[in-house]
Amino acid sequence: MRHLFDIGVTVNGTRYERTVEPRLLLSDFLRHDLGLTGTHVSCEHGVCGSCTILFDGQPVRSCLMFAVQANGHEILTVEGLGTPENLHPLQEAFWEAHSVQCGFCTPGILMTLVPFLEENPNPNEDEIRAAISGNLCRCTGYQHIVDGVKLAAQKMSASQ
Amino acid sequence: MTKKYIGKRIKRSEDPRLLTGEALFVDDVEIHGMLHAAFLRSDYAHAYLRSVDVSAAQAREGVVAVFTAETMGDDWQPGPPLVSPPPTVEDVIFHSRTQVPLVKDKVRHVGEPIAIVIAENRYIAEDAVDDIMVDLEPLDAVVDIEKAMQPDSPLVHDDLDSNLAAHIEQEKGDYAAIREGADLIIKRRIVIDRGAAVAMENRGVVAQWDAKSQRLTVWDTTQAPIAIRNGLAARLDLSEHQVRVIAPFIGGAFGPKMMMFYPEEMLIPWVSIKLDRPVKWIEDRYENFYATTQERRQVHDAEMALTLDGRILGVSDVFLHDSGAYDPYGLTLPLNTQCHMMGPYDVANYYSESKVVFTNKTIVTPVRGAGRPQGIFIVERLLDLAAKELGIDPVEIRKRNLIPPDAFPYEHKIIDQAFAPLIFDSGNYKPVLEKAADMIGYDQFVKDEQPRLRAEGRHVGIGIVPFIETTGVGPYEGARVTVEASGKINVATGVGTQGQGHFTSFAQIVADQLGVDVRDVHLVTGDTAEFHWGTGTFASRGSVVAANAINASAKLVREKILALASKVLESPEDELELADGVIRVADIPRISISLGELAMLANPLRGAVEPGTEPGLEATAYFGPQYGAIAFGTHAMIVEVDPQTMMIEIKRYVAVEDCGTVINPLIVDGQIHGGVSLGIGNSYYEKLVFDENGQLLNASLMDYLIPTAAEVPRIEIGHEETRSPLNPLGSKGVGEAGAIPVPALFAQAMENALPEYDLEILEAPLSPNRLFELLREKEREL
Repeated sequence: MRHLFDIGVTVNGTRYERTVEPRLLLSDFLRHDLGLTGTHVSCEHGVCGSCTILFDGQPVRSCLMFAVQANGHEILTVEGLGTPENLHPLQEAFWEAHSVQCGFCTPGILMTLVPFLEENPNPNEDEIRAAISGNLCRCTGYQHIVDGVKLAAQKMSASQ
Repeated sequence: MTKKYIGKRIKRSEDPRLLTGEALFVDDVEIHGMLHAAFLRSDYAHAYLRSVDVSAAQAREGVVAVFTAETMGDDWQPGPPLVSPPPTVEDVIFHSRTQVPLVKDKVRHVGEPIAIVIAENRYIAEDAVDDIMVDLEPLDAVVDIEKAMQPDSPLVHDDLDSNLAAHIEQEKGDYAAIREGADLIIKRRIVIDRGAAVAMENRGVVAQWDAKSQRLTVWDTTQAPIAIRNGLAARLDLSEHQVRVIAPFIGGAFGPKMMMFYPEEMLIPWVSIKLDRPVKWIEDRYENFYATTQERRQVHDAEMALTLDGRILGVSDVFLHDSGAYDPYGLTLPLNTQCHMMGPYDVANYYSESKVVFTNKTIVTPVRGAGRPQGIFIVERLLDLAAKELGIDPVEIRKRNLIPPDAFPYEHKIIDQAFAPLIFDSGNYKPVLEKAADMIGYDQFVKDEQPRLRAEGRHVGIGIVPFIETTGVGPYEGARVTVEASGKINVATGVGTQGQGHFTSFAQIVADQLGVDVRDVHLVTGDTAEFHWGTGTFASRGSVVAANAINASAKLVREKILALASKVLESPEDELELADGVIRVADIPRISISLGELAMLANPLRGAVEPGTEPGLEATAYFGPQYGAIAFGTHAMIVEVDPQTMMIEIKRYVAVEDCGTVINPLIVDGQIHGGVSLGIGNSYYEKLVFDENGQLLNASLMDYLIPTAAEVPRIEIGHEETRSPLNPLGSKGVGEAGAIPVPALFAQAMENALPEYDLEILEAPLSPNRLFELLREKEREL
């Protein structure tokens, strides 16, 4: 007999009500129950950072939480950050600086950096590297990501 | 052709979708009624399979089917070999033993699949895997490649006399003769260990059999969708046109996604047909460490003969190469190692003997670098030791041995990974070495800075390593370029794409040929319904083989455009120009027609067409290089070592690359950054540790350490451009280059940083622990 729970979660401003198993991972809930496949899963034990989302504004690893724990909370995923036609300044900067290669780790890195840049709008290189040191990327060697963050900081401070 | 885009740092057209989470990866495919697969995998490295009882699993609610080797019946077949077996070259031994879909009689590595469970969702499928009762009778595992070759070793494949999978000797000149007269012989045992590719996206397959249309669609994280389609059709007894394989956006590959067929890759489509339901399997990270291919373990007995003034007379090397449990990838890796063991140097006498060895470990196939880093490690280590012995500066001894620019094409008289003669097509090595030395300030560092730092008690070392990379091998790729009625250009090609920026760099070539905006060129790749001739993305060949095929087809379309426009505009072809999506008479620009209008004229709905003409502004062309193009470069590094903690800080890193014509420098820089990053992992952080039972002890990203942003330094890049004469674009590959020289560079720089220990680093990777052990050993000696 499977136990099921009713939950209500707000994701990217939309309220979703679903019935889920208590063991369902939040990452699987977002990807497969809600179809928000921009959040990617790579290690499923909280090391690589690919599945990072904002949970009540804080970056968390959605593979380390259960969907039921999100009941009543607000989530922002990469789909809520910008669209191809209307990119977030961080996404714009990543595009310009070639911060993306295969793009698999990218959503998690973006969601890690959004609150980081809010807290530290003018970071230096060491601070940026520390901020993304919990996100693994196998393609870029991180240099163009660091460049993208610097560019984003410039863009965002110029627009304020 | 104008050069408005080639050579420019163009932003990638694929990025907006990747940045917003809209790009489709295999695990994003959702189909109504889709079932999910999970595998029971062996916990033992070597064992007889006595029985499997799946009854409890089958009885679990939500489970649709469970298959074992036995229940597959006649459909159970070992996988086909991935590359052709070696031709009958004299004295080559090659025992082909390919992977099986599910273990039938004997387990040969941990993680080998024994049963597949199909259920309503992955959670249930994994529950049911635990329900399966399996009886395995463990055997002694074959782990160490040297012990594997001893006569009393257990056998991985019982039908063979030994664990020898292959044996190949190659010879150039006469090493034995030259050895007699040499002033100096450097002879060492050198060991390179195993690592993992660790693409951030694990493997995955989704298959959908449509019984009504009798068609199979497969989404696969493969580097070679066309080969997968053809292989699936053959194995499943379908026509190739009934099978469509799509390699959508792939989350990094680095070689192991070129391996085919993985057991899962064959099984998921087979199950989909069997059950007439869509089926998905996505590998988890734990499976990735056991079931996705790995590389690099080799043990070398190497020697170099030199003159007193540091000239290399010859190189001789006998090595064992770990193949893992099977050898589907043939001799590619040991041949690559053999082809790189002379580096960029003029070596007249060479002997190499390679023995490929079966072990009870995960299968070995190429990982970014693919046998090349090992070859470069050997030649560079020997040369460093010789330089020390002879009292010659490391840069100077290299300069004395580089192949001179007038010696190209330089024939090595051995065979390469494609069994073709190894010929270095073109090169100019010295300027690249000198540029790297200049950029890092080699002379100034050695003369002034290092003595000052040493006086302060700091351990800061410098290294500099030139290298070559065989790239862009055949057989061929193709492309179809079409001008659509909108005036936009559609390009279809067969190679898969895994983050290399093909959508953009290939579009740049077409935009220049046809005089259109690069944003108006749309590329489709990795979908066999769009283009079904070609081999795949491997061996750093996209920008050579596929790019030149695309260039050739765009050129044909250009000819068609000019021919038709000449008639329509009533002007000779040589007076026409293509620019801004318009064909116009160069001297009278108001006489013009847009590409879109011309495309419509080329596809008339009514009226008569001339006999022998083809509709459309479209062309398909192919490119197959005569042989591979040889890229080259030099990397240099300054590193500080803390002899208390063994932690390191890379203070400067310089990479000078020559990959012929650069199509998009932004993308090339990114390729180099990523390659170096992997190389740093291979040099100081990443090692797969197996125990004596063949158990992998660090099968998680918590324990297997790939470099983070804190370990990878800023990389300073310099470019030189020596065009390849083997293709019209003059390009060479660059995808693997970054990774190749790094372990050799680390070894040299670490020895240089710790002079008082008189270290000899004869292994890769090092690690803080391993460096600590080496230093303690030296302290005991001193």
